[in-house]
Amino acid sequence: MADLSINCAGIKSPNPFWLASAPPSNSAYQNCKAFEEGWGGTVWKTIGEPVMNVCNRYGGLDYNGQKLMGLNNIELISDRDIAVNLKEMAETKKMWPDRAVIASLMVESDRQVWHDIVKRTVDTGVDGIELNYGCPHGMSERGMGSAVGQVPEYCQMITEWVTEVSTIPVLVKLTPNIGNIQGPARAAKKGGAHGISLINTINSIMGVNLDTFETFPSVEGKGGHGGLAGPIVKPIALNLLSQVAIDKEVNLPISGIGGISNWRDAAEFILLGANSVQVCTAVMHYGFRIIKDMTEGLSNWMDEKGFTSLDQVRGKALHRIDDFGNLNLLFKSVARIDQKKCIHCNLCYIACNDGAHQCIDLSQENGVSKTVVREEDCVGCDLCSIVCPVENCIEMVRIDDGAQHKTWNSLMSDFKAQNESLSWEKLREFQKKHGIEIH
Amino acid sequence: MQNIAPKLTHEQYEKNFAEIKPALSPAAAIAEANRCLYCYDSPCTKACPTHIDIPAFIKKIATRNMKGSAKTILESNWVALTCAKACPVAVLCEGACVFNAKSEPPIEIGLLQRYAMDEYFSSGMPALFTKAPAAGKSVGIIGSGPAGLACAAELALHGVEAIIYEAKDIPGGLDTWGIAPYKVRKEDSLKEVGLIESLGVTIKTGIKIGTNLQVDELLSKHDALFLGIGLGESHELAIEGENTPGVIGALQFIADVKREDWQNVVVGKRVAVIGAGNTAIDAATEARRLGAEQVLIVYRRSQHEMPAYGFEFDLAKTDGVQFYFLSAPVKVLGTESVTGLKCIKMELGEPDKQGRRSPKPVPGSEFILELDMVIKSIGQQTNAAFLQQLQDVVIESGKVVVDDVTYQTGNPKIFAGGDCINGGKEVVNAAYDGKRAALGIIQFLLG
Ligand SMILES: Cc1cc2nc3c(=O)[nH]c(=O)nc-3n(C[C@H](O)[C@H](O)[C@H](O)COP(=O)(O)OP(=O)(O)OC[C@H]3O[C@@H](n4cnc5c(N)ncnc54)[C@H](O)[C@@H]3O)c2cc1C
Ligand SMILES: Cc1cc2nc3c(=O)[nH]c(=O)nc-3n(C[C@H](O)[C@H](O)[C@H](O)COP(=O)(O)O)c2cc1C
Repeated sequence: MADLSINCAGIKSPNPFWLASAPPSNSAYQNCKAFEEGWGGTVWKTIGEPVMNVCNRYGGLDYNGQKLMGLNNIELISDRDIAVNLKEMAETKKMWPDRAVIASLMVESDRQVWHDIVKRTVDTGVDGIELNYGCPHGMSERGMGSAVGQVPEYCQMITEWVTEVSTIPVLVKLTPNIGNIQGPARAAKKGGAHGISLINTINSIMGVNLDTFETFPSVEGKGGHGGLAGPIVKPIALNLLSQVAIDKEVNLPISGIGGISNWRDAAEFILLGANSVQVCTAVMHYGFRIIKDMTEGLSNWMDEKGFTSLDQVRGKALHRIDDFGNLNLLFKSVARIDQKKCIHCNLCYIACNDGAHQCIDLSQENGVSKTVVREEDCVGCDLCSIVCPVENCIEMVRIDDGAQHKTWNSLMSDFKAQNESLSWEKLREFQKKHGIEIH
Repeated sequence: MQNIAPKLTHEQYEKNFAEIKPALSPAAAIAEANRCLYCYDSPCTKACPTHIDIPAFIKKIATRNMKGSAKTILESNWVALTCAKACPVAVLCEGACVFNAKSEPPIEIGLLQRYAMDEYFSSGMPALFTKAPAAGKSVGIIGSGPAGLACAAELALHGVEAIIYEAKDIPGGLDTWGIAPYKVRKEDSLKEVGLIESLGVTIKTGIKIGTNLQVDELLSKHDALFLGIGLGESHELAIEGENTPGVIGALQFIADVKREDWQNVVVGKRVAVIGAGNTAIDAATEARRLGAEQVLIVYRRSQHEMPAYGFEFDLAKTDGVQFYFLSAPVKVLGTESVTGLKCIKMELGEPDKQGRRSPKPVPGSEFILELDMVIKSIGQQTNAAFLQQLQDVVIESGKVVVDDVTYQTGNPKIFAGGDCINGGKEVVNAAYDGKRAALGIIQFLLG
């Protein structure tokens, strides 16, 4: 059986699954229950400044009858006393020495205040500290959370304040509400962070009530932006994770967060460089019990793939991340429809015809419709296979011989070498040479 | 009748005749609607005889555009509630659903259509269509079954006056008087009648054309006529003892049941239904649900040739109906009332022109079934006596002959549709015919 244990920036846990700093990790009761069910670690609900929450603080996004594709919240950090939280952390850590207990902190931007809270936290015996630079609502207006995460200079400064007194590993949790994630990640590194956590929630409004025109979440008819989490944010999280993971200037262990609902999601995060993974929404939806499938599924998958430890998995997909300019322009694939599997829903036809490049013909044979790809016109965009409801019915088949390789970047160098500049004529010339016709 | 089945309590009757396919809850309807793939050029739409744009109405349920959903449905089918509940969906839309090819359950199209129509009726039938200005033409429609109703509705929308003449005291044809109550209640059918009346259609009940009012009079009063007269009473068995009290036609028996005055429908303790079509199944299951202790279906061919749908056969078996295949009745026994039925065993000979093997009696194989009641269900007669009064209307094998496209009969002023032209199919076919015939009539009258 594969070894699921990890060491993330010096924080060890028997498996990579941690509770994200959020309602599920609010109290000793919850964290202990989670450990009992099998969670490897917890990032305690953020503690710090005095706050007061409002009612109706969550908003859910359903899609086609599926509940909670996304979860939005305007919740603040812990509304329990710092002292109570720290005491519970100490007790929990004592009871569960083999699990990771990480404190999440957010206080006002004052060196002394940070020094104080860090020292008190270290005294509890927890394994590490996470700095919450991500909360996009409520705290940011008070100059904390994402107000820090969005400004690399603040990010570096506060991280320095923390690392200059902390004797335990410090993770910096980043906000996704920023143009270039590498900025704050590098700043955290410069500030002495031992690791990066990402992502926190994404600015969002969940919808508008068509009867009352309220937006939601709605607090007595009023609302505003809140933080989005849940399955819907996973693709964004994966991208931001990969951006930080490939950045040589950062080069820190990463705790991946955002839309992880099961072991498959977790495996994807790890393949893109995550060390530990954190989960919030899925637990808020289904409870701690989901951990059983998470550890078991990940372990089975690793066995199947022949991995014995997560070190062998981590970052294995990262080398595939590249700039558009380095992709092969002469790689040619076309869609092929397996007529035996086709159920005649004709979604490929209408998607291609109205939404893509009109390369699928629809004909009738004995009253049954038949869809056929005109391969010579197919641009290989993949839309038809994406909309096809039948597994493996439409396949994207490579038809070039693999011998030709020309990327945009190398094509541009060719032009330069010939003292030519980019023009439609030059491009068409290149396409014609390779039998590519745009219609 | 020698042995009448003991009466049940009102609650028990209502339970026995409760819907066998209950409505979807709103949440279930939306979940099911979202499961629909929204096929393009969809097979379900092609399989529906009225070609309802099924993916479109289903997606509108998913977005809670309920008015739009009802409109999409009614644009193609004026008796959509009855069809939703009574159509043999397994052999039509749902049978064609692409999910079958994926070995997944097909979309519950019938239940979704019903959900849309229930919502439409419970929201007070908001107006969905704009009527054309009066065209100054009038059409007389004979029969208020689905064919007549659909024809009238379509004419009314096009600004043509439509007056329906109905022999019975309550309109709706077999939608009201025929379809099993555990599928469609009288009240459902009457809701649809109400919808059609709301379009400005007049229905005159209790008027039997050819009897209370003559065809010639109608022809002079209206610019055209539509025949939606359906079929007639149940066929005779043509055997000895047929007139013994306790022998009843299936149509009559079922119409009695459809009054929903359960206590007053007479049913024997031991009942035989002759025939194995869908009507025979209905009569048999309804007799069981009324409290008959033993119900037998006597059919001269084998299960293989049985015209009833598989799912109807299954229903009868679940209801405890017993089947006597390869058995034909030869004589009804009893003088005051039915005491039994003498039958003979049959064997199947060579296939006939349609490929059905014809049954032949096995000499000396007579046997007797002890019974209290015999229900005749070997098909419906045509309204021959009435049809003969219509000049130039051609009848072939009991069916009124019409043009495929216009539904015009041999008499240019007379159009026809429904069971009277197809020999007895489904509600959905009658609904389609009625609508198409209306378009034929409009073409004829308005060019
Ligand atoms: C017992 C039974 C169960 C059925 N179950 C189903 C089912 O579950 N699903 C399904 O899809 N189909 C079912 N059908 C078939 C369906 O009911 C018919 O196909 C459909 O009703 C035909 O419609 P129509 O308008 O042609 O005729 P009908 O519905 O028969 O209507 C004809 C109307 O014309 C009236 N009429 C006749 N002559 C005159 C006259 N001279 N003057 C005035 N009025 C006249 C009649 O009183 C009647 O109201 C069933 C049929 C039967 C008999
Ligand atoms: C209701 C709620 C409260 C949260 N509170 C905090 C918090 O106090 N501190 C913090 O760092 N992140 C907080 N988060 C963000 C989560 O830790 C996590 O980054 C985010 O939810 C994405 O993960 P998920 O898709 O698994 O939910 C909160 C999220 C939710 C939904």
